[in-house]
Amino acid sequence: MTALNQKMWRDLWHMRAQALAIALVIMCGVAVYMMFISTLDSLHLTRATYYENNRFADVFASLKRAPEGLRQRIAAIPGVESAETRVVANINLDIIDFPEPATGLLVSVPDDGTQHLNALYLRQGRFVDPGRDDEVIISEAFAEAHGFKPGDTLFAIINGHRRALTIVGSALSPEYIHQLRPGGMFPDYKRFAVFWMSRNALGQAYDMDGAFNNVVLRLLSGTNVSDVIDRLDDLLEPYGGYGAIERADQRSNRFLAEEFLQLQNLANIFPVIFLGIAAFMLNVVIGRMVTLQREQVAALKAFGYDNRAVVWHFLKLVLIIVFFGVVSGIILGVYLGNKLAAIYTLFFRLPYLAFVIEPGVIIEATFISALAATLGTVFAVRRAAVLKPAEAMRPEPPTIYRKTILEHIGLQRFFSQPTRMILRHIERRPVKSLLTVFGIALACGLVMTGRFQPDTVSYMIDVQYNIAHREDISITFNEPTAKKAQYELQGLHGVEHVEVFRAVPVRLRFQHRSYRTGITGVEPGGDIQRLLDADLQPIRLPASGVVLTDYLGTLLGVRPGDRITVEILEGDMAIREVTVAGLVKEYLGVSAYMELGALNRLLHEGPTISGAYLAVDSKMQTALYGTLKKMPQVAGIAVREQEIRNYNKTMRETMLFYSYVGSVFSIIIAFGIIYNNARITLTERGRELASLRVLGMTRAEISYILLGELGILTLLAMPLGIIIGEWLCMMIVINAQTDLFRVPVILELDTYAFAVTIVLVSAIASGLLVRRRLDELDLIAVLKTKE
Amino acid sequence: MNSNPAVFNARALSKTYHMGEVTVEALRGVDMDLYQGEFVVLLGPSGSGKSTLLNILGGLDTPTSGSVRYGDHDLSVYDDSALTRYRREHVGFVFQFYNLIPSLTARENVALVTEIADKPMAPEKALALVGLGERLDHFPAQLSGGEQQRVAIARAVAKQPQVLLCDEPTGALDVSTGVNVLEVIAEVNRRLGTTTVVITHNAVIGDIADRVIHLSDGQIAGIECNEHKKAPAELRW
Repeated sequence: MTALNQKMWRDLWHMRAQALAIALVIMCGVAVYMMFISTLDSLHLTRATYYENNRFADVFASLKRAPEGLRQRIAAIPGVESAETRVVANINLDIIDFPEPATGLLVSVPDDGTQHLNALYLRQGRFVDPGRDDEVIISEAFAEAHGFKPGDTLFAIINGHRRALTIVGSALSPEYIHQLRPGGMFPDYKRFAVFWMSRNALGQAYDMDGAFNNVVLRLLSGTNVSDVIDRLDDLLEPYGGYGAIERADQRSNRFLAEEFLQLQNLANIFPVIFLGIAAFMLNVVIGRMVTLQREQVAALKAFGYDNRAVVWHFLKLVLIIVFFGVVSGIILGVYLGNKLAAIYTLFFRLPYLAFVIEPGVIIEATFISALAATLGTVFAVRRAAVLKPAEAMRPEPPTIYRKTILEHIGLQRFFSQPTRMILRHIERRPVKSLLTVFGIALACGLVMTGRFQPDTVSYMIDVQYNIAHREDISITFNEPTAKKAQYELQGLHGVEHVEVFRAVPVRLRFQHRSYRTGITGVEPGGDIQRLLDADLQPIRLPASGVVLTDYLGTLLGVRPGDRITVEILEGDMAIREVTVAGLVKEYLGVSAYMELGALNRLLHEGPTISGAYLAVDSKMQTALYGTLKKMPQVAGIAVREQEIRNYNKTMRETMLFYSYVGSVFSIIIAFGIIYNNARITLTERGRELASLRVLGMTRAEISYILLGELGILTLLAMPLGIIIGEWLCMMIVINAQTDLFRVPVILELDTYAFAVTIVLVSAIASGLLVRRRLDELDLIAVLKTKE
Repeated sequence: MNSNPAVFNARALSKTYHMGEVTVEALRGVDMDLYQGEFVVLLGPSGSGKSTLLNILGGLDTPTSGSVRYGDHDLSVYDDSALTRYRREHVGFVFQFYNLIPSLTARENVALVTEIADKPMAPEKALALVGLGERLDHFPAQLSGGEQQRVAIARAVAKQPQVLLCDEPTGALDVSTGVNVLEVIAEVNRRLGTTTVVITHNAVIGDIADRVIHLSDGQIAGIECNEHKKAPAELRW
């Protein structure tokens, strides 16, 4: 090993604590980067593989009833690779020892056992026997939620009849990755199930022998999907078609896409923030570290080492630190990515996880870190190296200290000499002081980003379920029902208040933009269902026109007063026009609302409702479940408390994982930045402080001079840190917007307090660690050497 | 005058510094020749410009005006990389505060220079030359000041330079250690024939030189030749 390399390794060992702090910061930046990108890549690959292997359909259509013979004509549509007809029905479940309402979707599977499309991924048990009419395969999530095993029995209300069903297996399906109850926002595995039953048995139960009410298509690649959909809609129209949809609009796939999009958006911003901050601080720290070696740079140059050799010498040292940071970051990132992807695999009920790390991701992370370090080093070494060696070896020209602004305005009598030293030192190198403040502020802001999300979640829950949607139970009917059903519900024992609604699937169009959603007709001035304005104050629905979620307004580019086209995706598939009457604040989902009567008029129908919101006496709730379950026209029952719980669970499992990782990493980064700052300041001022000790100052007094500076810079950094934190949170929120969630920036006092505490604790801990070194200052050496 | 050829020719050398808000005229029109193999002491009080002159001779700094030649090399027009090559190939330095690399042992400090030299002597041999053959693997912190300065001398001579430049080599040392260091420098000058320039503000040291050049206020105040050089051991201050 050359003497220069020897020096590098010894220097590295000597500064190991600082090197470790820097490596940790890089590790955190790289790990977050790797975690997000690898999770995202893996989920995309898993989904693609799953969809392909299990032949997920491209087009989905439901209808009232069509003869099986129509399948030939559907399959003959140009571009259709295969078509599969099915019978699909909503059912109510009756589970022993589970009084709460549970519903399910019953989907037929071909009797020949060959699943061409949306093939099941059997997890347990076997396939249904086409000869048996009581066998079902149930969705795995539901099976696990209730502990059902093959051989168990449960009851379901099928077409008005209570039937015993034998579970023969559990399975996953690409069609129901996201298992959502109709109208539900979040998966509820205990109260919603998908069952698969033999086509023959299901056909008989629903009077669909030789007929179907659902068809799925897989298209040849390169086919124009909307052409196929138009032709399919034409074919199904006489049979009560509800309008075919493409894969992008399929419910499970769409929710999955939304989730992926949100993850993608977070993956765009989080790693950038982390790696960016790590790079910035690496640059600053390394720059200062190298500047301290000014004399050694001069000595090396005096011996005849050229600039390149000197730069390379320091660069090697830095790159070794970066190397350790990057390698541990990659390992940690892959580990966390695997964990996060596994959480998602469970969460989405994917059959397997295809975990991938694209080599490009590793190269990117390494490149960004190495570039930041290299720039920091090269600039710093160049600053020292461009000096003539004679100049560099001379002590730096006595720095020009001036009286500080505070002293100029006459406050000096309040400052002791040491305090003046602190203030003048800060003011002497304003850029360096600013960079230090900025570094600490970034760390402070970063801590806030890890903490604000739980507050946001509670706030959203509060708005969604305590201010806007206040029902205890919501029920949906099998099909649109006369409004007078309201009175029957009102008469039920335990029901305190009823508000009815009409929901209809639509596609809204404005100019070239369109969005598929539903219009909900609600009673004006309702007390259970309330629409909120931007200030979260309830508003009264206008007597005519449609009110949109503010986010939907933005998506369509409409303002109140615009006329939009409504394509009704039900019944006669009419196309109407309606005026946008206003926008409402909603954090969840994308909806449109009308006054109930106005919606009935738009649909050219009499007083008709799709369901009702109930306020109930909590003591009677369980009894009421029983009554509701027995009502044949009730297709779905949702319990508000359950929605809240599901919501919490969903948020906790996904979003809060980042919060946790983010918090831990940002704390490490905060500490790394502050500790390094303190150490470098000590090295820069060690000689001066030792001289003061020689002059008779106590340890406490010189500690005050050194740590006082750190303290002032830390305090200055906090307000800036809070501003940066708010800005970072805003960036995250803007990036996390999807059709499903618009997360507001809610920063509670405890988030600020937490960030400030972390920074203070890091500063104090760094101060104590440095203080120990102050005690070891070599006073004799100061007397013996120059300056 | 000396019968050997001149190695350095300096003409009208000037150097101006800006130290903070103060401007310092360190050299004001110096003319000087140094000859092959001679031992020169540059004598003057602090601020007389002797360090500046040495730095310019050694290629550590460039003059503000005037010229300085080393053989065929015009140092006053050299850029940084040419000066680096010049230092690497021709010059050995000894500094007042040694400037040893604290993280390297005595042997490694010498190796730092021999590794980039054309015809170096072995680090062990160089250290033996200064009487430190026994302390090869000691770190600077484990050596006394005199020993550290001897390591620095070994480091300077190990590449067998044509020129040895010493900036106050005894400035930080007590008398007997200082004499010891001067003996090593004189020995190198005699045995290797290295042109040696020592700067000091200690007039006594002039007695061991071939020539003493007095500097004052950035100008040459006088030159004297010693008919009879003393041995370093005869010096007392």
